[in-house]
Amino acid sequence: MTDAHEPRTIELRIRRQDNPNSEPYWHHFALPVRAGANVVSALMDLRGQPVTTDGTRVDPVAFEHNCMEEVCGACAMLINGRPRPACSALLADLDSPVTLEPLPKFPVVRDLLVDRSRLLDNLKRVRAWVRIDGPWDTHEHPPRLSQQAWAANYLYSRCMNCGCCMAACPQFDQDRPFVGPAPLAQVRLMNAHPTGRYDKATRLHAIMAEGGLSDCGNAQNCVRVCPKEIPLTTAIGELGRQTTVQLLKDLFGGA
Amino acid sequence: MMNRGREVIVIGGGLGGLWATLTIAEAGHRVRLFSLFEVMRSHSVCAQGGINAVFDAKGEHDSVRQHIVDTIKGGSYLANQPPIQSMCEDAPGLIRTFERMGVTFSRTPEGQLDQRLFGGVKHRRTCFAGASTGQQLLHGVDQQVRRLEADDRVHKHEWWEFLSLVKDADGVCRGIVAMDLRSLEVRAFRADAVVLATGGLGQIYAPKTTCSTNSTGAAASRVYQQGARFANAEFFQFHPTAMLGEDKTRLMSEAARGEGGRIWVPRDPADRREPARIPEAERFYFLEDWYPAYGNTVPRDIASRAIWKVTRELGQGVGGSDRVYLDLTHLDRGFVASRLGAILSIYRKFAGSDPLQAPMEIFPAAHYAMGGLWVDYEKDTSTGGMRPGSPRNHATSIPGLYACGECDYAYHGANRLGANSLLSASYSGRVAGEAVVSYLNGLATGAEAMPAEYFDAEIRYQAQINQHFMHARGDQNPYHLHQALGALMTAKVGVVRNNAELDAAIAELAELEQRFARLDLAEANAWANQSLAHARQVFDMVKLAQVMAASARARDECRGAHYKPEFALEMPPDKYAGDPEFEAYRARWKANNAEWLKTTVAEYSTDSPRISFEPVDLSLLQPEQPRDYR
Repeated sequence: MTDAHEPRTIELRIRRQDNPNSEPYWHHFALPVRAGANVVSALMDLRGQPVTTDGTRVDPVAFEHNCMEEVCGACAMLINGRPRPACSALLADLDSPVTLEPLPKFPVVRDLLVDRSRLLDNLKRVRAWVRIDGPWDTHEHPPRLSQQAWAANYLYSRCMNCGCCMAACPQFDQDRPFVGPAPLAQVRLMNAHPTGRYDKATRLHAIMAEGGLSDCGNAQNCVRVCPKEIPLTTAIGELGRQTTVQLLKDLFGGA
Repeated sequence: MMNRGREVIVIGGGLGGLWATLTIAEAGHRVRLFSLFEVMRSHSVCAQGGINAVFDAKGEHDSVRQHIVDTIKGGSYLANQPPIQSMCEDAPGLIRTFERMGVTFSRTPEGQLDQRLFGGVKHRRTCFAGASTGQQLLHGVDQQVRRLEADDRVHKHEWWEFLSLVKDADGVCRGIVAMDLRSLEVRAFRADAVVLATGGLGQIYAPKTTCSTNSTGAAASRVYQQGARFANAEFFQFHPTAMLGEDKTRLMSEAARGEGGRIWVPRDPADRREPARIPEAERFYFLEDWYPAYGNTVPRDIASRAIWKVTRELGQGVGGSDRVYLDLTHLDRGFVASRLGAILSIYRKFAGSDPLQAPMEIFPAAHYAMGGLWVDYEKDTSTGGMRPGSPRNHATSIPGLYACGECDYAYHGANRLGANSLLSASYSGRVAGEAVVSYLNGLATGAEAMPAEYFDAEIRYQAQINQHFMHARGDQNPYHLHQALGALMTAKVGVVRNNAELDAAIAELAELEQRFARLDLAEANAWANQSLAHARQVFDMVKLAQVMAASARARDECRGAHYKPEFALEMPPDKYAGDPEFEAYRARWKANNAEWLKTTVAEYSTDSPRISFEPVDLSLLQPEQPRDYR
C-alpha cells in the first residue's frame, strides 16, 4: 500500500487581485501536500514559498482563516466554482487542478479576501437580536421550551455568517437591495424566541420593505450550499406565512 | 457625580471583550471595539462542550460551594480564591442572562435547562447548547453589541490590529496605537480606559494547537513589553487527544476514551502495516499497561504525558513520528454512532477517513493558557468574594488598562476545569466592564487633555517598525520563523519539562529573536499585507515565549499542567490516609506547597524577563488533601 503520509503534488489555480480597484489575474502553483490537507493548510504552506509553476516568486496569497473547524465562517471562498469554507475542503476530495476564487457578491479586498460587512449590516437591517433591558441578572428562571422547539431553533442558531448562501443566491448582489438568505433565517429564529417575538412585527416590516422577502426568487441555491445544512428555504417559507398574516393585521388591525 | 459619556477602547471581540463592551456601553459610555476580524469569528466559537453553573437540578445535591472547591482543586490551589468564589456564585445569573439574549440552551424533556457531566467533577453542572455552546454564547452577546452599534453606542473597528498603548507622564494608559490591516495606516485613538480581551496564545505551539490561527498572544505580549505584569506563564493545558493536521490539530473530545476508545501504538515503530492488520500481540496499549486501574480513562494531564513519553522519549510513535492510535473499531458501531456522533463527523470531515474503519491518529495539543496578564481584585471581607464594582477588579498593573478572558490569569490556577473557560471569559468580561465604569467615575481628567505629542510619538515609533519590517532584505521568512517557534516550544516548553532543555529553549529563543534582524517579508504590497502583520505578531510571540520558558525554568516542582519529572512527588501505592507512608507523603506535599504555592510574576526588562513570586489568597480552602485519583 502507499503510505498515506507521503506527500503528493497538487495544482492550485488562484484568482488574484492586488486591491479593490485593480484587475484580477491568475497564478498557478504546484505544491506537495499530505493526506488530510485542506485548502487552508495548502494556502498556509504556500505563504512560506509562493513560487508559481513557471518559477516566478510572487507575493503570498491573502486569505482569511481563523478557527479551522468550520465554525467561525472566516475562510469561505469559491472552490472549484462552489462557495464553501476552505478549512473543511479536503484536497483529496477535489478535482485537480483546484481553482480558488474569492467569495462572489462581496467586494474583493485583496486576492481571496473579501469584505462581508454588507452581511453584518443586513443583520442590523432586520434587527436580528432580542431586546433585553440590560446585561444584568433579572433573577427569573429561563422559560420552558420543548425539546422539539429547541431543536427547530437550534438549526438556525448554527449560522456562522460565512456568506456562502449569499454568494450562491442569484438575487443577492452588490448593486441590488435583496437582504439575502442568512439574515432572513435569523428573523425566523428571533421571531420564535419567547421574548424575541415581541418585536416580530418590526422585523417582519423590515423584510416586507424593498429588498426583503419578496425579492427571493426561490432558486434554492442557498440551502444547497449551506455548510451547516440550515433549512434556509424552510425559514423563507415560514416567513412568507408570517408576513402574510402581518399584512392582514396591518390592513385590518390587531396585535 | 456620575461621569458619563467617557471614551473606552475594548480590544478583542470574543466572549470577554463583548461582555465588557456591553457592560460599559449600557452604563452610558462610548466604546470603540477593535478586532483583527469580524468579532463573531473569535475563538470563543470553538468551545463545544458547555459552561458550568450550579442549578442543582439533577437530584445530586450540587452546590456553589462544590463548584468553588472543584475549581480551586482543579487548579492545584494556585488561583486566588475570592475571584473564584464570585465567579461561581454569579454563574447561574450569567446563564439566565444568556437565555434572555436568545441563546438556545439544550432542554430536558420538561423544557428546563439541561445539564451534563464534565471531566474532573462528580455533578452534572454543565449547561450546553447542542454541540456548539461557544458559538451560541458568542453570537448571543454579538447580537446585543450589534443592537448597541445600531444605536451608535458602540463603534466597531474590525480589521484593525492593536500595536501599543499610549501612556501619560504618570504611566496611566490614555489610548492606543493601532494599524488598519487593509490600508496599513497607523493611527492613535484616545481613550479614558482600555480593556484587553485578546484571548489565548496557543499559536506559540503551532501547528500542534487546538487554538484558532489568530490566538497568538501578540497583544498581551505588547502590553507586557510596555510594563504590564504577566503571571503564571508556565501553566498551559495540553489536551491529550487532538487529531493531527498540518494547519492545526483539532480537539477530539475525551468522550472517545470515556466510551471505550483504546490508545495504542505498534510494538515495532517501523511496522508499516495498516493498523487493522496488526495482531493484538503486536500492539502496545501503553495506558492500560502503565495505569491498570484507570487504563484509557486516566485524567487529561496523565494521558498527555504518557503519549509524550511513548513518542518523544521511547521513539515508539506510529511510524516513529508524533502519532498514536485512538481506536474505536472494536466497539459496536451502533453504540459508537449514537454516543460519539459529533466526534465521528469531525474526524470524517477533517481527516477524510472513518474512525469506524481505522483508528484515529492523535497527539497532545496546546489547548488553553491558564497564565496571562496579572490582574488585581478587591476582596470583600464581608463575603469572602470580590467586591462588586471595585475599580481594582481585573485592573492590570498599568493604571487605566484592564484585562479579561483567556488573556488574564485569574481563575484557573495551575490547570483549568472543563467548561470553566466559557464561564470565566463571560464573567470576567462583565466584571472588567463594571470595574472600568467605576474607574471612569473616579477619573479627574480624561484622555482629551493629553497633549497630541504623546500620540504622535507613538505613531512614529510604530510606523518605523513597519518600515523596518517592510524593507528588511535578509533571509528569514516570517512564516518559517513561526514554524521554528512552534517546534521549539512544543519540544522544550511543552507537556514534559526539564531544566536542561528549558535552559536550551531560553538560549534558542534569544537566537530566534535575533533572526528578526535578518527578516525578509518578501512582499512589498502596501495594501492588506498579511506578512507584515504576521511578522510583527511572531516577533511578539517570541517575546512571550521567553516569559513562558523563564517562568517554567523558575518553578522547580510539578503542579497542574506544569510537569518536571525531576521534582515529582510520588504517592505511595496502596497506602491511604493514616498509613505512615501516606502521612510522610502528605508532609512532603505540604512542605512543597509551603515552598511553591505562589504566583509567578514576570516583568519585562530588555535582556530577559524578571521573575518574582507573590502569595496566593487561600482564605476559602487550605490545601490539606493531595489529589488522589485512586
